[in-house]
Amino acid sequence: MQLRVRALETILTEKGYVDPAALDQIVENVETKIGPHIGARVVARAWVDPDFKRRLLEDASAAVNSLAGFDPVAAHLIAVENTPQIHNVVVCTLCSCYPWSVLGLPPVWYKSAPYRSRTVIDPKGVLTEFGVSLPAGTDVRIWDSTAETRFLVVPMRPAGTEGWSEEALAALVTRDSMVGTGLPKPPEDESEAAR
Amino acid sequence: MTNSIHDMGGMHGFGPVTPEPDEPVFHADWEGRVYALQRAMGATGLWTIDGGRASLENLPPLAYLDASYYKRWFLGLERRVVAHGLVGEDEIAAGRALRPGIRLNRKLTADDAKTMSFAHFDRPAPGPARFKASDPVRTKNLHPATHTRLPLYARGKLGTVEAVRGCHVFPDTAALGTGENPQWLYTVVFAGRELWGEAADPAIKVSIEAFEPYLDPA
Repeated sequence: MQLRVRALETILTEKGYVDPAALDQIVENVETKIGPHIGARVVARAWVDPDFKRRLLEDASAAVNSLAGFDPVAAHLIAVENTPQIHNVVVCTLCSCYPWSVLGLPPVWYKSAPYRSRTVIDPKGVLTEFGVSLPAGTDVRIWDSTAETRFLVVPMRPAGTEGWSEEALAALVTRDSMVGTGLPKPPEDESEAAR
Repeated sequence: MTNSIHDMGGMHGFGPVTPEPDEPVFHADWEGRVYALQRAMGATGLWTIDGGRASLENLPPLAYLDASYYKRWFLGLERRVVAHGLVGEDEIAAGRALRPGIRLNRKLTADDAKTMSFAHFDRPAPGPARFKASDPVRTKNLHPATHTRLPLYARGKLGTVEAVRGCHVFPDTAALGTGENPQWLYTVVFAGRELWGEAADPAIKVSIEAFEPYLDPA
């Protein structure tokens, strides 16, 4: 593949359609600029600031764009909140739609046939493969990203994190917990950092 | 194509999901280059994001399943630049340009690329929304031979409008290059049992993002 891709890049460059320096910049953006650290900061802010959380659930794009130090996010970001009653999981059965602007590019499993095929019909089985078992009585809500709207799961704040700083909380928020295939790290994992 | 292999929701037989600890953004240099080529060529405005998706869905099913994600993107891009007359089959075979390129309206520069920009797909509404939150709706039983975003598993099903998401570019026409044809978009939620039958877990609900032409009042 390396050779075939290089050949196509050469053709497109020689014909004047692409600039290799622009390609370098695009790769650098997704490898260093965007990623789940952005979503984690958003979630941590929602955990400590009820007014921000309310705005986030009302209009996630506007709420995130109101935070200092963030590049503008995609126009139609929708935040969905996990509660003791409902656990949310995001999938794209048709392709690979994913909230790039807050989570970066999707992992391979998110784009894979097993995840795309089974999440809508057997979500609890899929969650088991991620080591997640929900308490009995929790409803599971699947969001199939079939348009240009994008979904960010706001996981529940772990117990035992009262008084933690926003930064320490953000370290508990995993990528998978914002897709719904994971839960935030337990506070024990990060309590050294929090002290 | 619509009823093709990409529409996977509800299929069995693909095995377990295998998460990869500490996964890198790209697993090889060429994956990053394919990603960047796709973004840079997308910026020329010669095709829509939906046209791009359609070119992946039109891959032969075995090729689609056999290819890794970025290989699929590569195959789609290669087909698209040929189909749009930007590159000749002979040039693909030669691995180099044999003729000068045609003039494009826009070419992405490194400076442009510094700003991560995300396209907007919402558009002014041509008319009032037909549905509102809590309206019961039934998805149409549509099987167009061209691109659509109504998954097979959610056709002909009874659901409820949960939210009105504004008016957006309609993928079904945008993919064909016949215009944006903006349509109202709704989050429509279905009970697991409506989609998967009485044996399904009653604790499951699934929503899709459904464009108004996919819906009938119920």
